[in-house]
Amino acid sequence: MESRSIALEHEPDIVVARNEVRRLARALGFSPTDQTRLATVASELARNVVKYAGHGRLIAQPITDSDGRTGLRLIFEDTGPGIYDLAAAMRDGFSTGGGLGKGLPGSRRLVHEFQIESSPERGTRVSVVRWT
Amino acid sequence: MDGAQRIPVLKVGRVLVVPIQVDMDDQMVISLQERILSELERTGARGVLIDITLLEMIDSFIGRMLSDIAAMARVMDARTVVVGMRPAVAITLVELGLELRGVETVLNVDEGIRLLRDELDGHDDEDEATLLGELNLFGESFNRA
Ligand SMILES: Nc1ncnc2c1ncn2[C@@H]1O[C@H](COP(=O)(O)OP(=O)(O)OP(=O)(O)O)[C@@H](O)[C@H]1O
Ligand SMILES: [Mg+2]
Repeated sequence: MESRSIALEHEPDIVVARNEVRRLARALGFSPTDQTRLATVASELARNVVKYAGHGRLIAQPITDSDGRTGLRLIFEDTGPGIYDLAAAMRDGFSTGGGLGKGLPGSRRLVHEFQIESSPERGTRVSVVRWT
Repeated sequence: MDGAQRIPVLKVGRVLVVPIQVDMDDQMVISLQERILSELERTGARGVLIDITLLEMIDSFIGRMLSDIAAMARVMDARTVVVGMRPAVAITLVELGLELRGVETVLNVDEGIRLLRDELDGHDDEDEATLLGELNLFGESFNRA
């Protein structure tokens, strides 16, 4: 299955992103609970892009490991201001935007692999994988 | 466009009934919250029954709306009951780390009615019938499990 790239520019794109991710996850054979996990991660991380960076994109990549297991990789990237204190941002309850501070730490709990890079020069890139 | 206008806020007895049946973007979430609060104020309702049977996920934004509504409702002496959370949504909510503080959750509309019986204008069977009738207008989401 092909990768999908979704522009994240306005609030409604958050809905588009989570629905597209759910659709892909369903097509890849993820369980309903996993579909919901992935859709929720998409909603959280897409909102962060729109809210804190203004715009960016989501790349959704179906992948396979050496044992033939199927997974879905989601990459959220933006060229926004970056995250000033990454360690703090990964903690539950930390928010500079009046949120609950659950988006990043909660998303990490909902996937099997979670990587985040952020700098003021290059912006923020979050890459996550969940396996079936 | 105010999309949340499509989400009904019904008054049955002294309970506001809110069947959420569309995929809400953040603006819709905010305006639905505002409408529920202004209806609470206007009507003096004693309970809010939010049906989320059709909600496919609760992220931190929607989760915060639910606990904010519950907190405001409590100040106005009203209870907030959420009906019909799907198992997948409940599991994800816990892993995400959301608590939905102050929100009572029940499996189906019958249980919600039982919980809000007193708020439904004092044990009035007619109100319960009206409530179920109203809910049935909104079709499948109110399957009485
Ligand atoms: N893409 C991003 N660009 C810049 N800063 C970000 C980005 N994503 C997250 N942040 C920063 O990290 C903090 C934590 O993010 P997280 O999603 O965990 O919580 P939140 O967005 O503040 O609240 P919630 O997601 O619970 O509504 C944010 O408050 C913000 O300061
Ligand atoms: Mg966030």
